Order: sequence, then structure tokens, then C-alpha cells
Amino acid sequence: MQKNLFLGVEAIAQGAIDGGISGVYAYPGTPSTEITEFIQDSELATKKGIRSKWSANEKTAYEAALGMSYAGKRTMVCMKHVGLNVAADAFINSAITGINGGLVLTVADDPSMHSSQNEQDSRFYGKFAMIPVLEPSNQQEAYDMVREGFELSEQLEVPVMVRITTRLAHSRAGVVRNTELEQNALQLPGDPSQFVLLPAIARKRYKGLLEKQEQFEKAAKKSEYNLYKKGEDKSFGIIACGIAYNYLLENYPEDDCPYTVFKLAQYPVPQKILDKMAKNCEEVLVLEEGYPVVEEHIKAVFKKDIKVSGRLSGALPRDGELNADLVAKALGKETQVGADVPGLVVNRPPALCQGCGHQDMYKALNESLDKYTKGRVFSDIGCYTLGALPPYKSIYSCVDMGASVTMAKGAADAGLIPAVAVIGDSTFTHSGITGLLDAVNDGSNIVVVISDNESVSMTGGQESSALGKIESICTGVGVDPKHIRVLTPLKKYHELMVQTFEEEIAYEGVSVIVFRRECIQAAAKRLRKQKKMKDNPNK
Amino acid sequence: MKTDIILAGVGGQGILSIASIIGDAAINENLYLKQAETHGMSQRGGAVVSHLRIADTEIAADLIPMGKADLILSVEPMEALRYLPFLSPKGYVVTNTTPFINIPNYPELNEILAEIEKQPRFVAIDADKIAAEIGNKRASNVVMLGAATPFIDIEPEKIEAGIEHIFCKKGEAVVEMNLKAFQAGRSFALENK
Repeated sequence: MQKNLFLGVEAIAQGAIDGGISGVYAYPGTPSTEITEFIQDSELATKKGIRSKWSANEKTAYEAALGMSYAGKRTMVCMKHVGLNVAADAFINSAITGINGGLVLTVADDPSMHSSQNEQDSRFYGKFAMIPVLEPSNQQEAYDMVREGFELSEQLEVPVMVRITTRLAHSRAGVVRNTELEQNALQLPGDPSQFVLLPAIARKRYKGLLEKQEQFEKAAKKSEYNLYKKGEDKSFGIIACGIAYNYLLENYPEDDCPYTVFKLAQYPVPQKILDKMAKNCEEVLVLEEGYPVVEEHIKAVFKKDIKVSGRLSGALPRDGELNADLVAKALGKETQVGADVPGLVVNRPPALCQGCGHQDMYKALNESLDKYTKGRVFSDIGCYTLGALPPYKSIYSCVDMGASVTMAKGAADAGLIPAVAVIGDSTFTHSGITGLLDAVNDGSNIVVVISDNESVSMTGGQESSALGKIESICTGVGVDPKHIRVLTPLKKYHELMVQTFEEEIAYEGVSVIVFRRECIQAAAKRLRKQKKMKDNPNK
Repeated sequence: MKTDIILAGVGGQGILSIASIIGDAAINENLYLKQAETHGMSQRGGAVVSHLRIADTEIAADLIPMGKADLILSVEPMEALRYLPFLSPKGYVVTNTTPFINIPNYPELNEILAEIEKQPRFVAIDADKIAAEIGNKRASNVVMLGAATPFIDIEPEKIEAGIEHIFCKKGEAVVEMNLKAFQAGRSFALENK
């Protein structure tokens, strides 16, 4: 059979196309971005008319997906783990409304925080919303689970979450495709009150969700992705969740594990399999990527005489990504390590690209604030967060999307003046606008820098929702047009930038300074594309 | 057959192009392959690594365990040293000697090269220089790929087919130049291993 060499994220995208989606909704975020990009670039998806443009943020993405589901069609919504915090209101309530067309939420967690500010575990969100969660252990399962996920969602009448982690998202393997399923026809829900969560209706629907839990557990019990293999050795059992199963197999290359193994890939955790396990094991080790979700669960349901170990017990580290070596140690197996890293090797942290406009903005900002005490600049999530590192050391916060504007406002309210916010164009339209409205309504004395490189750059140059709209948004929110300044961050305008900063710092109210210059990575990509078009005008 | 390769470099140096050529060859040989990449923040000039695993039986983990890599293939000399704990006692280090200096505290190059020479099995090659001599500095990654082939259990002809496949869209001249770069790297490694 023809194998496609797919990244985990690409397998998910192909699974969604083949699973019959009519649209994908997402906001870029590592490690989930390439799912939507793959669909955007897929000729098959274009031919099928699958909509795939970026949303302004994860909440708008989730709600639009729910709307598509309401209209009877299959849809996928994708985000990184922290994106689900933004979409949480819609997400939790969508478990209560239920779905009409199949809805799959793919969330990519980032244990070890390769490109994130925390390593929260989306399985908790799945449990919180009380919906089924699928956790593929490899790229083929990722494809299959997503492709079949829409049907599962329609059968169980709730959204289904597919949870992956960075390692699976960004690792390639051969994937065999299955047949393409047809898209659904437009069809409204049979019950016109299904999506109306007035308290009286919500109470009824919530009871319905509670009643369905048994059905979800049954579905997990008979899921072909959950495997239970009884072992000869009764002293020990292992529950391996999602990709952790591979780290277990790596330690038993001859398929010679003597212990009972439960490969868990579909939640809620089926109690009946746990009961079997309890009869066959004196101790159970839980291998799971992320938080000790299953470890806590089984500690609560197992009798006290079964010892439970995992991330909580210290058998595995409490934080960070798993690997075959950590699992080997937890299994009491010997590991080997190569030579030590020589002492002269130094870290090579990421940095702003040479020629990037954020650099010129930070140089001017640093000079303008030199006469004040430090600690006055609040920032946000994007390439410009690298302004926290030397040589700039310009910013003092990076918490969540949009928090620069609101934290600067709060600090100014407390008397820290001047207070400056540094936010990117796409982060501004993601979650900065409402904070700016608060500041305008309160007459807060802040300077908001919108460092506009006209793309979502940290995630690879996706189209920004803010493109061409920033000044009109700021005016619309109520910022005085005299204090909306637009500059080009280039070395030759350094003096002008410093002077503008000083003028707007002196103004007692909300100022917005837009520093606008195309991301140099995006510019290089655009030039390459133009050259290609020129060389091959027919393509 | 099993070859576990750590591919190392700096974000933007294009180590994934090497991986995609080997991957193409492996899939055409009906081999199993897993390749974990670094995406995201580190791509902005940070240290990047890719774990590339090829075997004729199914591969379990996406990451190579410590002390098990058959090869560290690095397009930058300091980055070659960063992953030594992954190298098996019988493994090879194949590294470019041209440094990529984007940090103020980059160590003395001579000291880095001395550390590489302390390794029991290594090939240190100035891929940038060889690529420039061939006529395109951007082919240095393919020089490195060629230098790694004596230690990868896939016939070099199959990898050449991968090069043709990956570069054919860019025209015959580009394919020819990359094949030359590949051969130059391979010859150097065979003479200097």
C-alpha cells in the first residue's frame, strides 16, 4: 500500500479531509499550525471546497466550527493547548449543546514547553467538559482517529477531542490513507432548542450529558485503539497513554514485555479494563505525557493494596516530556549514555532575525525609557517576546495573548507612569482590542506599541487578521486619532522613533504607536515566490 | 537493518532538507522511518535537532534513546558536540567545520575542532568550502549528506535518486550540481573516515 511520509499534524489534516469535513477553523500556534496549513495547501481540499482561512482567535474559531456543526456539516477546529483556554467558554458549553454535524477538536499540547508558556494537559479539559478524548500513539492512528472521529462525534452527539503532543505533531512516519468519506448535506438540528442554553434547557441537556457518560466509557472499552494484553508476571502492570506506548515498546523491541499492558488511547478510562488489571497486577505504573491525569484517576479507583506509580510517585519526572530513557528507568531497566557534552559548548537561544523591524523598535524604546527606572514595559506572545533576552532586555512580562495592553493599564492605574505595552499585529486582533477599549474607557495613561510586521511570524508567517485594519480598529475603539502614530522601524528613522515615543509618553491618555515593516522572513518568502512566478509564468 | 541518525544544526540552516532526501530514499526502499523535527521558536536561530530513524522493521519511539545513535550528522561544529550523549560507543560523528556564529560567546573554533578530534570515530569536513568550489555555497548540506552516506545503511545510488526526486522541480542544472556536491562529500568521507 502507498505510504505517505506525514508529520503527525499532516496525518491529522489528511484524516480530516478524508473524514468529510466541510471546514477547518484555527488560529496558528505551535505545535498545531501545520494542520490548517496542510489543508490550505491541499489540492484535494480545494477541490472539495473545504474552507480553511485563519480565524482571529481560538474562541472565534471554535464558535464558527460549532456553527458549521449546527448546520449539519462535519468540521474540525485546531489549536495549541493554551489556545483552548481562550476557547474554553465555547468548548465547555458545546459539550452541553452537543453537536449536529460531527465536530473534532484537535489540541496540540507542548510538554517541555518547546514553544509555550506552560505545559497544561488538555486531557483535563476533556474530563472537565466530560467528552471523549482520543490520544493517538503514532501518525497512522492520528490519521485514522481523526478520519473516524467525526462519525464517533455524530454517534455520541458531542464534540470529540483529539489530543496530541509536540513530539507526535512534528514527527514524520509512513501513513496509509483510507477512502474519502463524503461531506454531510446542510441539515439543521431536529430539536430547535438544542443549542439554546437557557437555564431550564441547559439543566435538561446537562443531565443528558451526565447520562451519556456510561455510553462514552463503553465506546472507550470497545475501542480498537485501547489494547489490553495480560502478562505472565503478576507483580507489575503498565498503563501507557498515547505516545508513551511507543516509549514502552522501545524498551521491549522483541515484544517480550512480561507484564500486563494496557495501551490507553481513548478516554474516559474504561473502568472494566481497570478492574481486569486490578485482578492481575500488584503494582501499576502509569506512563503518560503531560499531567498525572490517569495516575490520579486510578489512585482513586484502585483498592489501597495496589501500588500506583508514575509522575506523582516520582517513578517518572513530574514535569517535561517523556522519552524511552525515562521510561526505561521507571521500568528498572539499564540505560546507556554516550559521552558527556564538552564544557565549552554554550547554549544557542533563539533570537530576532537580523534585519527584523522589532529590533529597531526595541532600540528606540530602550533609548526613550533610559531616563526612567526599569520594569515599565509589558509584552505579549510573538517573535517580539525575544526582546526579553539580551541585547535588548526591554520587556518585563509575557503572560497570555493580549495581556500586554491590560497589564500596562493595570500598572498605570496603580501609578506606574509611564507604562508601555508591546504587542504584535496578530496578537492585537487576537485579544488586544478589548483591553484597548478598557483603557480608552478608563482614560488610562499608557503607550501601546503595535509592532506590526504584517504577518503571524513566530509560527511561520501566516496571514494576519490585522492586515490593513489596525488604525481603523484603534480609531473605532476610541483612541484619539492624534495619538495614533505610524512609523517605519528602520535605523535611519531612529531619532524620529525616539522623539515620537517621548511625545506620546508625555501625553496623559491612551497612545498607540504602530511600527510597521514587513517581517523579513515573509519578505524573503514573497520575493522567492515572485521569482518563481517570473521563471515559470505558467505554473 | 537499523540506522539512527541525529541531525544537528542551527535554525535556518536547513537540516530538514537532508532529512527529506534520506526519507525519500527510505520510503522508496520500503523501509520504516520515523523522523522527529524541531519546529517553532528554536527555528529563529536556536539550536535545532532532528531524530531520523530508519529500519527494516517497525520503529517504536520517535526519539532515539541516549547512547543509541549510529551517527551524528551536524552541519555546524559546536552543534555536533551538543548531542554526544546520544551517540553509541560505536557511532560516528560527521560534521561540517564551518561555524555558524550568531551568539556573542561562541567558543574558539580551534577548541571545538580539538574536541571533535578527540572522538573515536569522526569525519570533519569543510562542507562550505567544498560547496563553494563546486559552484554553489548553498549545496553544503548536500556535501554533508554525501559525507554521511558511508555510515547509512542505504545504497548511495538510492540516495542519489532521492536528490534527483527532491531537486527535479528546480531544473537539471540544480540536480547536477547537487549530485556533484553529494559525490564530493562522499569521497571525502571515504578517504578520511
